[in-house]
Amino acid sequence: MGLGKKIYAWIDERVQLEGLVEFMGKKYVPVHRHSLWYYFGGVSLFLFLIQVVTGILLLLYYKSGEELAFESIQFIMSKVQFGWLIRSIHSWAANLFILSAMIHMFSVFFEKAYRKPREVTWITGMLMFFMALGFGFSGYLLPWNELAFFATKVGTDIAGVVPYIGKPLMTFLRSGSDVTGATLARFFGIHVAVMPGIFTVLLSLHLILVQAQGMSEPMHLENTPEKEKKKMPFFPNFLLRDLLLWLIVLNVLAILAVFFPWELGHKADPFASAPAGIKPEWYFLFMFQTLKYIPAQVFFLDGEVLGILLFGLGGLLWLLVPFWDRKSSRGEQNQAINYVGLFVILYIIVLTIVGWVA
Amino acid sequence: MMQGSTTPPVNESKRDFLKIVLSGGLIAWAGAVIYPILAYLKPPKQAEVEVSSVKAGKLNEMEKDSGKIVKFGTKPVILIRSADGSLRAFSATCTHLDCTVQYRKDMGLIWCACHNGRYDLNGRNVAGPPPRPLDEYRVVVQGEEVMISKKV
Repeated sequence: MGLGKKIYAWIDERVQLEGLVEFMGKKYVPVHRHSLWYYFGGVSLFLFLIQVVTGILLLLYYKSGEELAFESIQFIMSKVQFGWLIRSIHSWAANLFILSAMIHMFSVFFEKAYRKPREVTWITGMLMFFMALGFGFSGYLLPWNELAFFATKVGTDIAGVVPYIGKPLMTFLRSGSDVTGATLARFFGIHVAVMPGIFTVLLSLHLILVQAQGMSEPMHLENTPEKEKKKMPFFPNFLLRDLLLWLIVLNVLAILAVFFPWELGHKADPFASAPAGIKPEWYFLFMFQTLKYIPAQVFFLDGEVLGILLFGLGGLLWLLVPFWDRKSSRGEQNQAINYVGLFVILYIIVLTIVGWVA
Repeated sequence: MMQGSTTPPVNESKRDFLKIVLSGGLIAWAGAVIYPILAYLKPPKQAEVEVSSVKAGKLNEMEKDSGKIVKFGTKPVILIRSADGSLRAFSATCTHLDCTVQYRKDMGLIWCACHNGRYDLNGRNVAGPPPRPLDEYRVVVQGEEVMISKKV
């Protein structure tokens, strides 16, 4: 008996691996013209893992604090071997992660894969998506540069306009009434400890559900007899395709990180004016642009209050779509959902472009 | 009649009493755990030095038709010397979403880069999203020294 088999037998004797092996052997992935979209969940997972690894590496040199943070990133980028690469990958992967998660989310939305019995998978996925935005927002401040400083002032001030809980929430986020080194310390703790912990729980639940329930099939295949359906084994066929794509993503990431290194900018100065042309990261741009268009006062509401209420309501409806789209859960076509999704995509794309060009 | 398997009579009032004591104890315990955590998360009030006036520099160092940010305690204040040489000072914190404003020579206005808010040289919000005017500060010139103080 070879060493590999011996080790397998040793483990199998203690934790009975047959069940797992049998499960893996019986797991199939449906093959159809929309199969491509199945890969984006895996790509998001891969990018998250890259964030964990590069994030831990950055932690070894990063120092939080008004007089330390910017300098420590400068140190990482100029003195630490391959520090520039690790930091650039972390920044790029963060953006690609949000992009990939967005594609994953919209594909699930248009396929109505959130329908019964996968409501909880959708909810955990959406919560992770909101957290990804939180990761982006909190991580953005950590280099303590000019853009990050004002982005955090604006972002936390927006949180402050939420009725009732706004002000305490803002004080909690800022650790005081202004954005200071105390805010940086708090964001650092939230970014590297609080959110990764919660995210890991959600991710585990999400993956267990996907494994237990299998991949969702498009609705038009539901009436096709089992024999006529095309499928491929998850192990090893689908997994190998997954891994090949991960390799491609890693290469793309390396190219971006090397040829378009992430800039550090200027150190934050609380007594400098906001620089001209300041804008948030692309995934906040459509909301930022909307805020520019809402007048200061709409009826009795402040403009930003209206903005945040509308986006909050929109986000909540989006999160709860499996519960109000009853038709899809009954297996009926629901065209209205497609129009909603199309409207949201167009809105985001158009306002992002307008915000980018402006 | 079958004998032997009768359940003993339940003492309802005793059961209710235990329910209240135990669930009350559980709630008190949860409170004793959660309250300190919430209180810990609330940042303590820092004693702030109350600033009533600051020196903003020498008058001859400031060009006409220009503006600069002055540190007023922990807050930024914008000092503007207009084209005719008069001095004005306002809170530099945009009333929209907390960004720091700047003087725009080309517009002859106070401008916020974050959301394109505009104020005239009296601090009035004239365009864009700002909901309120900027608070004005008092400017006094003592010899060559420019002093900014809070309006009372």
